[in-house]
Amino acid sequence: MPDAFLAALMLQAGYNAALVAIGAGLLGFAAGASGTFLFLRKRALVSDAVAHATLPGVGIAFMVMVWLGGDGRNLVGLLVGSAITAGIGLVLVEWIARRTRLAEDAAIGAVLSVFFGFGIVLLTIIQTMPRGRQAGLEGFLLGSTAGMLFVDAIIIAVGGALAVATVYLFRRPMTLVAFDPGFATSLGVNVRSIDLLMMGLVMAVTVIGLKLVGLILIVALLIIPPVTARFWTERTAHVIWIAGALGGIAGYTGAALSASAPNLPTGPLIVLIAFGLFVASLMFAPGRGVAAAIIRHRRFQLRVHRRQGLLALARGEQIFDGLTLKVLRRAGLIRPDRVATEAGIAQAAKVSRDESRWEIARQVYRDEAISGRYDGLTSIEEVLTQDEIAELDRHLGPPSIIARTP
Amino acid sequence: MAAVKLAATEGRAQSPVEHRESPLVIQEMTVSYGEKPAVFSIDTIVPKGSMTAIVGPNGAGKSTLLKAALGVVPALSGTVRIFGEPLAKARARVAYVPQRASVDWDFPTRVLDVVMMGLYRDLGLFGFVRRRHREAALASLERVGMADFADRQIGQLSGGQQQRVFLARALAQNADLYLLDEPLAGVDAATERAIIDVLKSLKAEGRTVVAVHHDLATIVDYFDHVLMINVRKIADGPVAETFTAQNLQQTYGGRLATAHIGQLNLDNLRADAGNA
Amino acid sequence: MGAEFVQLSLTPILIGILASIACALPGNFLILRKQALIGDAISHVVLPGIVVAFLVTGVVSTWPMMIGAAGAALIAVVLIEAIKRLGKIEPGAAMGVVFTALFAFGVLLLEQSDTRQVHLDVEHALYGNLESLIWLSADGWHSLLDATALAGLPPELPRLAGVTLLIGALTLIFWRPLKITTFDEAFGQALGLPTAFIGFALVAVAAVAAVAAFDAVGSIIVIAMFICPPAAARLMTNRLEVQVALSVLFATISAILGYVLAGYGPLWFGGVHAVSAAGMIATVSGIILALACLFAPHRARIGATGP
Repeated sequence: MPDAFLAALMLQAGYNAALVAIGAGLLGFAAGASGTFLFLRKRALVSDAVAHATLPGVGIAFMVMVWLGGDGRNLVGLLVGSAITAGIGLVLVEWIARRTRLAEDAAIGAVLSVFFGFGIVLLTIIQTMPRGRQAGLEGFLLGSTAGMLFVDAIIIAVGGALAVATVYLFRRPMTLVAFDPGFATSLGVNVRSIDLLMMGLVMAVTVIGLKLVGLILIVALLIIPPVTARFWTERTAHVIWIAGALGGIAGYTGAALSASAPNLPTGPLIVLIAFGLFVASLMFAPGRGVAAAIIRHRRFQLRVHRRQGLLALARGEQIFDGLTLKVLRRAGLIRPDRVATEAGIAQAAKVSRDESRWEIARQVYRDEAISGRYDGLTSIEEVLTQDEIAELDRHLGPPSIIARTP
Repeated sequence: MAAVKLAATEGRAQSPVEHRESPLVIQEMTVSYGEKPAVFSIDTIVPKGSMTAIVGPNGAGKSTLLKAALGVVPALSGTVRIFGEPLAKARARVAYVPQRASVDWDFPTRVLDVVMMGLYRDLGLFGFVRRRHREAALASLERVGMADFADRQIGQLSGGQQQRVFLARALAQNADLYLLDEPLAGVDAATERAIIDVLKSLKAEGRTVVAVHHDLATIVDYFDHVLMINVRKIADGPVAETFTAQNLQQTYGGRLATAHIGQLNLDNLRADAGNA
Repeated sequence: MGAEFVQLSLTPILIGILASIACALPGNFLILRKQALIGDAISHVVLPGIVVAFLVTGVVSTWPMMIGAAGAALIAVVLIEAIKRLGKIEPGAAMGVVFTALFAFGVLLLEQSDTRQVHLDVEHALYGNLESLIWLSADGWHSLLDATALAGLPPELPRLAGVTLLIGALTLIFWRPLKITTFDEAFGQALGLPTAFIGFALVAVAAVAAVAAFDAVGSIIVIAMFICPPAAARLMTNRLEVQVALSVLFATISAILGYVLAGYGPLWFGGVHAVSAAGMIATVSGIILALACLFAPHRARIGATGP
């Protein structure tokens, strides 16, 4: 199995498998990048409504095409139909949230379930239709990779490229609107249009991904990669492209893995790989990850001991705690006989002054963000500006001499 | 409606020239949330180069007035002219500093990025970020004392520091009219001083500053004009003439204890005005 | 409306009505608390729960599946909370991550194991099979009083009846705490009400309703019942009591009309076969909501969207 997997990764596992892998990779990239803004705008689940709203469009398109005498399964026709009803659903979500007193989550849920329900009704009608071959429409629910054609991959590639280009083009107004819509309006940005654009991008990606991963699972690719990317960066621009990369990786490896073994459906596998990347990032991302938090906590402990030790030195107190002594010795701040070194005295003075500044600061600043930062460790220079510190020093007067021995 | 209009425009013989030069002219502005009016038929003309405060009790419509003037919330009726032009044409000359609370401070963006957002009109969709843009943004940060924090994620800042960043974002826009919504709410003393210094320097440069301000005790020190509203306009004009005990009583509807008004040193103010 | 009706239509309609009401009742409070989409999450994770139960027990039987589904709902809620806290992620995104991943897991399990010969397929899980819940051992209205015939009732009916009754009773008993904490949680806390527990219990009740209704109408349609009847009711009135009563009315109308249209509608259009009842019920509830959005007396949000 591992050989088969590697072969699939190298696109050596057959034409269909290679096509699916490339298509899935491109789709994942487009989905990750496009879904980022809805995530930042805190509307991630609008994707769910849009995706479910494609179903009636697929059904109607099929019936129309059959009625016009064609083969109902023409992919482009079906996708156009899906886009139309998804667009209507999107507009309805916005309309309900804005014009009635229902909240956005109720609007999303209503559109999602009603459009999907109606789509199911159409599907059951189609299943009993004598004209046209209807098999295959259920494939739009969970995706199907069997018999993927070159034209299918082209649709994904072109559609995905257009979506990504649009994301790049409008990244600035979309960031503005996601961060501070009031300010964006004051700059003349049409917030409503930009919101619709964000949702339209998601709709486009959903439509192009309908065949490959299906409408229920595409939502995962629109939400999970951006959430994952958030762990790795504090800059919006980077979130977009990291999300795209994560989505692309999930798509490509998922498809390859699915091709290498039987009974491994592509769509779910891609989603689970994306989820795996998410869990890994949640745990191990430097900065925002859980493991990083644990390491920080350990380092914090050591720093606390160092600081408490230095404060004790400054006040001329005896140090009893073993770990404190060890930390101070290792840093060269005290000699083995517990007498402070030159460095130790200098550090102790600095720490003592910092502590005094903090005392005043905590009285002056009622602000959680400032007084909350007082953990006995953070030097005040990291938290306040120069003029704020100068203000504090006015209250303190000049620094005093520290005794050499306790 | 006609009777109301007369009352609102009574004694308002302003010449067209003054209108054209005025940074902000609001006429008959009415805004409602649901069926409750937040702002009702407000007329005011902000003098050029002034530091104008908008005061009133909670729910008086102060923030709403600013937002409606900028088109952030839709107005039921009324017109706004900025330097004689409608809003759409004059946006380049206005900068807005909204309330801090309106933003998610965990958003993935650094201090510098936020200030650069103020340069969006300049950059547009395609524009490359050149050195001069960065330098302009850093200069704005320098002006509010936050240049060292340029790379910080915004959630790591205190309330006062966040407010400074918002002000820097507006400064980067190099506007002629600055509209600020509660810029000094919940900030520490050092930040308050820093912000007021910046605002005063803006006035010294000939720009106009309009700020919703909550602390009545500092109106006299910081501002030279005041607009007092409580859903309707109660009074507007120079602080010396308008910021009176009587107008305050009317604005705050008896919610302001007489003792408090006494603390505002209005008698000294009127005495100064009399001597001026 | 004789024997054929009782045999073929009575039980599905009753089951549809009960499922709709069971979901609409907690839905009232969910939409007021802006937690409507927890229903979306629960409906998606019911699938993996049921599949796991099937794999563990090897049979398609009611109680293991209910337990599996309930367990999955519990795991989902816990995971969502964990992700929200550990990752500082907003609720909607956290829900989206968890339920899409769990759903994908369920589909994977389904495909992996050999479940094709059993009726456990994804389509059924998604939109149920209401039309098949018939009462063959009946032969007329008198069968309602016939013990042997009653023994042949589809088991979904008494099960749903019990669940709906339970949910109705809970709603009545805990009416005041529900009303207070939904309106103003801080005030409720100040009164000493266990607000966190009430919130959790509400979600748990919603999960129970979803699981019980699942077999009849499938998981996705359950969301329609959580949201559409209560939302339509909300637009009709400003009083919570009236809203809840109206939501029950709308749920019932949706179930009856939906089933009738699904079963007999195609016949009126010259078709032969029935269409998905569950889908039609959801559609009808959507139409009711649409009418409410356009014409209900308390629908509008006039002026700007709040200060």
